[in-house]
This record gives sequence, structure tokens and C-alpha cells, in this order.
Amino acid sequence: MSTLLWIMFPYVCLAVFIGGHVWRYQYDKFGWTTRSSQLYERKLLRIASPLFHFGMLGVFVGHVIGLVIPQSFTDWLGISPAAYHIIAMAGGIPAGVAALIGLALLIYRRRTVGPVFRATTVNDKVMYLMLALVMVLGIWNTIAGGIFEIGGEYNYREGVSPYWRSIFYFQPDVSLIENAPLGFQLHALTAFLLFAMWPFTRLVHVFSAPIGYLTRPYIVYRSRDVRPGAGTGSRAPKRGWEKVQ
Amino acid sequence: MKVMAQMAMVMNLDKCIGCHTCSVTCKQAWTNRSGMEYVWFNNVETRPGLGYPRGYEDQEKWQGGWVRGKDGRLQLRAGGRLKKLLTIFSNPKMPSMQDYYEPWTYDYETLLNAPAQDQVPVAQPYSLISGKKHQITWSANWDDDLGGSQEHAAHDVMLKGLEDKVKLEFEQTFMFYLPRICEHCLNPSCAAACPSGAIYKRSEDGIVLVDQDRCRGWRMCVTGCPYKKVYFNHKTGKAEKCTFCYPRIEVGIPTVCAETCVGRLRYIGLILYDADKVLEAASVANEHDLYDAQREVFLDPHDPQVQREAEAAGIPVDWIEAAQRSPIYTLINKYKVALPLHPEYRTMPMVWYIPPLSPVVDVVAETGADAEDADTLFAAIEKMRIPMEYLANLFTAGDTAPIERVLRTMAAMRSYMRDLNLGNDPQPEIPASVGMTEEEMYAMYRLLALAKYDERYVIPSAHGEEAHALEELATDCPVSGFDEELTRGSGPFGEGSGGYSTVAVENFQMLQNRQTSDQLVGGGSKAGRVNLLNWDGKGMPPGLFPERNGDTAGSGAADGPEQP
Ligand code: SF4
Ligand code: SF4
Ligand code: SF4
Repeated sequence: MSTLLWIMFPYVCLAVFIGGHVWRYQYDKFGWTTRSSQLYERKLLRIASPLFHFGMLGVFVGHVIGLVIPQSFTDWLGISPAAYHIIAMAGGIPAGVAALIGLALLIYRRRTVGPVFRATTVNDKVMYLMLALVMVLGIWNTIAGGIFEIGGEYNYREGVSPYWRSIFYFQPDVSLIENAPLGFQLHALTAFLLFAMWPFTRLVHVFSAPIGYLTRPYIVYRSRDVRPGAGTGSRAPKRGWEKVQ
Repeated sequence: MKVMAQMAMVMNLDKCIGCHTCSVTCKQAWTNRSGMEYVWFNNVETRPGLGYPRGYEDQEKWQGGWVRGKDGRLQLRAGGRLKKLLTIFSNPKMPSMQDYYEPWTYDYETLLNAPAQDQVPVAQPYSLISGKKHQITWSANWDDDLGGSQEHAAHDVMLKGLEDKVKLEFEQTFMFYLPRICEHCLNPSCAAACPSGAIYKRSEDGIVLVDQDRCRGWRMCVTGCPYKKVYFNHKTGKAEKCTFCYPRIEVGIPTVCAETCVGRLRYIGLILYDADKVLEAASVANEHDLYDAQREVFLDPHDPQVQREAEAAGIPVDWIEAAQRSPIYTLINKYKVALPLHPEYRTMPMVWYIPPLSPVVDVVAETGADAEDADTLFAAIEKMRIPMEYLANLFTAGDTAPIERVLRTMAAMRSYMRDLNLGNDPQPEIPASVGMTEEEMYAMYRLLALAKYDERYVIPSAHGEEAHALEELATDCPVSGFDEELTRGSGPFGEGSGGYSTVAVENFQMLQNRQTSDQLVGGGSKAGRVNLLNWDGKGMPPGLFPERNGDTAGSGAADGPEQP
């Protein structure tokens, strides 16, 4: 059972995550978009969307630090676990709460603003549900576990984090996660599920973050046939119509 | 010198009758899809008036286009690259649907199915966005022909500084129509604002397009364009804009809006320009100099030096020849009667306008004076400061001198040609008074009044050897051989996802669906995609005709509505 839950399931989810993105990028570049609903409603979005997205960016950075950087490294830097804990709480809780409030507002907006609700697909609804679940569990772990220490003190940097890294060494250490509190386990499982859904939802827009904009020239010139044998305008040619070289 | 070629358009505003044919045909061709209901790539606005979207020219509010910074360099008015990325989650300056208008349809079904009653049944409007009953309070040309303009026109941004002087009482105001499409700018701020780099200018013909596969729906281009000519498709989540009908241009035929223009007032042609000079010209300090600066970017295609450079830059010889015959260069740089729309946005627009003389002529004619007499017209032009200043706000960043010169030229042509037409002795001093010879004046008259189809549209087609790479495969039936999978409307991840389809296939399919289907195509709800404008008489949307005994609504689908 634990092999299924903590080895096979994560690998399948991550494989779907990677393979799914590759496949979708090949197959469905046109559907790869934020699907913004700003045109329908902007007052609520003006507050909710930046709150959510910037919160999420903070949460993401927090996860990278917490999961990727080994405790031995921060120890070596001379940051005591207690000090680290305080820094993590100070950064993580505001970011997490901001993201959660943002998400709540966004979901409220989706439900109550007619045109936005009409533009919401089943796919979106399931995705929102999963996202909310993962986030609530995450914030629960942070606040309830980290501050009030419900269910005893738990240092995820000695349990969940090494487990996460061990996945990428292809030597998953199941015992590490099995001993984690239920909240962490559920957070991890739902997150894996979300990863598996990721490439098939609008979440793909995360990978379009337009960082290149900072450096590219303002005006883009492009020839009709910049790609060899390519069609003009917005589409690639149909198979079989490649230009004769 | 870096020679590039640009497809450009000139519109002669005196001839526009405000019939909106161009808008409707463009819509039929390009934007008759769900998600684009509110979009008009071509719109015709009555001026003075608010335009579409409402008050788009107020750049204090919408922050479109470029501004010249203190260091003399151009920057996007809405902020630099970093600011763009930081506001990407909610673009603070994007117009909402209400600034365009909320599209609607009517509940024809209830109208026709209503039981016998004393009152005449009414077809209620339904919003195509929310699907609910809708109170119509605005549309794409709500103030058409100055309708309601006592209330609205005062908000016309271009009347700034003229408010007290302009009389908006219906009988006393002046009025003309302004058809607008995307300007296919030389320095497009929409492209500069796109974080994904999806908007590009085609190096062959300068047409500005959105790569639908690269657009990620960040919406910054909508803000970036000061003319508000990039639109957000709310179904596919991608930006779309006027394409200058590139599939048609590539095979040498004019754009849909020009082809169908009732007033025959549009000219299309190629113009050569020096790409190295564009930025410099767009950054001149004084806004009044922008008009001349842009004119100087254009290259004389008759100049052998230019021809050599153009060939070196890979422009085919027949394209250079087309540039020589181009009505655009003639109108802009030879007769100098065409002016750019809002040069002060510094995007170097490429759809130019011959300003209308009609406001002046109308006033003169009303006083009973001879509206074709050169001196009378000249005097009137001098006296009528208000239309002049208004036109200057539109076309020359407020500088009345070029407007006055153009209007005097048009007035001179008018009275010079009257003498010719009436068989009087022509008066050479009339052309001379505007610095033209008699021959030039006559040639200009020919171009403006008589020019035939192939003189108005000088469009070199793309080269035969590239034909298979063109959108409308010119060597093949454009809609053949596309399998079902590639042409269906939407994929598994929401509207518009899944495979691509070409414009031709999409239009073909849509038309076919509409003609052969008994249903309102696309679900048949009141919020569906068909309104009566799209119904072409073939097939029967249910409820459109009363049912007869033993006859279902759809039985006439194949052979049209039967006669009772
Ligand atoms: S007018 Fe057209 S080319 Fe110019 S900025 Fe607007 S959308 Fe871009
Ligand atoms: S050029 Fe084509 S797409 Fe653009 S406004 Fe005219 S008809 Fe519409
Ligand atoms: S079709 Fe021609 S005349 Fe009619 S509104 Fe359009 S530009 Fe004007």
C-alpha cells in the first residue's frame, strides 16, 4: 500500500505532469492561454488576482527553499532551525493567507458574476476545487502544525523535504513521509494529484511567464516563412505540405 | 538605408456616406464568431462623437501608444517592461466590455410564438454575454449621425479646448464619418506591449498580426494600442485584430472593407520606407513635426538609388514596380493631401485620411453662396476655425496649417474642375494658388474621382513559387482535405483549444453549418452564436417561421423557405 501511495502514485503523477505538458504544447498551442475573464469584470479581479498570484509566487519561493535546500545547508550557514522556523513562518503565512484570500475572492467572483460563471468549464471547477484543497491543507499544516503545534512538533525539513528530494534521486525513502503527520501526507497526495491535472487545465499558463519580455526588442519582425516550409500568419502548414527544399 | 515594404491604405473622407457596409462585411468575414460578438475590426464613427470603444482617444485614461521621455527616447505610455510584468495579473488600463458595448440578440421566438392577444408582442433583447434580459444603453455606433450627441459629443476628447466654441445644437454643428481599421503602424505599440512577443510585423508587407499559437492572453496589447484596435476574444482567451485581410492581399485582391466600400473611397498600395529612420522620426520633439517626419520616412520608388537598395534588401522587382504605381505614395507625398490619424501617438500609423471638405462646403452652400467658387471656399476655410481645429486634433496633432493646405487644395480642385465640366475656360491661377500645375490638378482629380479598381488597388501578389505556403493555398481548394479533427470548434480544454484551422476553413464551415442546420448554430440558446444578422435565408432557425400543420420547422432547410 505504501509503495502504491508514496512511490507509484507520485511517479505516475509527475510523469503525467511532464509528458502532459510536452504533449499539450505540441497538440494544443492555441488552447494554451490564461483564459482571462477581465473583460467581463474588473473591479473584483483588480484586487483578487494580484493578491492570489503574488501570494502564490511567495508560496512557490517558500516551497523551493523548504523542499530543495537541505537543512544541513542552512545549518552550515549558521541559521539555527528555530531562526529558520521564524523566517519561514514570517514569509510563508502572509503569502499563503494572501493567496488563499485571493483564491476565495476569485472563486466568489466566478460564482456570482454571471458572465464569468458562464465562461467556467467543468475542467475549471475541478481544478479550483483541487487547488483550494491543496492550499487549505498547506496553510493548515503551516499554521496549526507550525504555530499551535497541534499533534506535536514536526520538522518537515527532516521528513517531507528529504522524501521529496529522494523522489528525484529515484530512491524514494517512503519511511520519511510515512512518519509525517496526516496533514502533510494529505497535502502531498493532493498536490501530486494537482500536478497530474496541471497540463490539462488552464494552469499551464504558469509556464508562459513572459520573462523574455524584459530583454527582447520592442518590435518583432517576422517573415511569412520564417520556419522552413511554414505557412504564413498564425498557423503551421498541414502535414504533407512542407516546402520542397 | 534599410528599405522595407508596407501595405497601406488611404481613405478619402469626403466620400464616406456612413453606410457601415465596410463594418458589416468585415464582421461577416472575420468576427462573426462567439467571443468576438462585440468586436468590429472596421468601425465607422460619426465625428464629433465618442467613437468605439467609447472615448478611446483619451490617452490620459487609456494610456495607449508611446510618449517621448525626457531623454528623447520613446517609452510606452502605460509603463515600461517591468511595470507591464508586475501588472500582468490584472491589467489596470484595459477597457471593459461596457466600454465597447454589451452585445445582444433578440428573442424572436417569443415574438412569433405569442398567442393571439390585444397587444403587439415585443422581441426582448437578450445579452449575448450574460444570457439575461438586457437593457440596451450603448452600442458600437450609438451616436451615429449625431444621434444623442447633444449629450455625448461634448465628451469627445478631440473637442478639448474647443468646448465653448462648438455648437452642438443639431442644426449648427458640422459632421463627418471616420471609418477606422487597424493602422498597421510602422512603430506598433501593441507589439511592443505584448509580453509574449506574439504580435509581429510581417517583414514582407508590414501587416501586423497576432500569432494565435503564441498569444497567452496577457491583454497588454489592448492597452498598448492607442487606437484600441486589438481586441480580446473572451471565448478563446486570445487577442485578435484586423489582419489587413492578409489572405486576400497575398493573392492580390483588396481587403474586404475596401472591396465592398460603397463610396469607393479606399486606396490600397505598397509604399517603401526606410526602417532605419522610423524610430528617429517617431521621436521628434515637437508633435507638430510628426506628420512631416513620417512623410520623410517614405522612400520615392522612382529614385534609382532607392530601387537598388530595395533590390538589395530582397524586395522583388514587381513589388518595386507596384510601389511606383501605388496611389498611396502619390496621395501622401506627391499631392500631399493624405494625413495620418493621430500622429501624436507616435506609432507611425499607415492608414491615412484625406480630410473632408464637406463641413465647409455645407456651410457655404447653406448661406446661398456659390459653394464651388474657389475664392468663396478659400474665404470660408479661413473663417471656419472650429472644424479646422477639430480636424487638426485628429490628423496633425493640432497643427492647423497642413489641414488648411489640404482643404485649400481640395477646394481648388473642386472649382477648377467645375469650369472644365461646364465647358468654361479653365483658370490656371486656381491650381497655381495651391502650388500645382493644371496637369497635376487634373491627374489628382482623376485619382480621387474616377480611378478604376486597379488604379485604386495596386496590390502585388505574393510570389507563385511561395503559393503553397500561403494561407489560402492558392494552388488548391482551400477547404479540401481538412479532416474533421482539425476543423471542429473546440477541443477538450475549453473553447478554441485543440487543433488549428485556417481562416478559410473556419469561415467555410461556419457558413455551411449555418446554411444547412435547422438549429440556431451553436446550441440554440438565446446566448448562442447566431443572431438575425448572421441568418442568410437558408435553413430555418426554429421559431423564425410559424409552424404549419404536419410540417416541422426544419423541412424547408434544403430548399429554402417554402411559399405558403
Ligand atoms: S493601430 Fe494596429 S498596428 Fe497600430 S498599435 Fe494599434 S493594433 Fe497595433
Ligand atoms: S482589412 Fe480586413 S480585417 Fe481589416 S478591417 Fe478591413 S476587412 Fe476587416
Ligand atoms: S463602406 Fe465606404 S462609404 Fe460606407 S461607411 Fe464604409 S467607408 Fe464609408
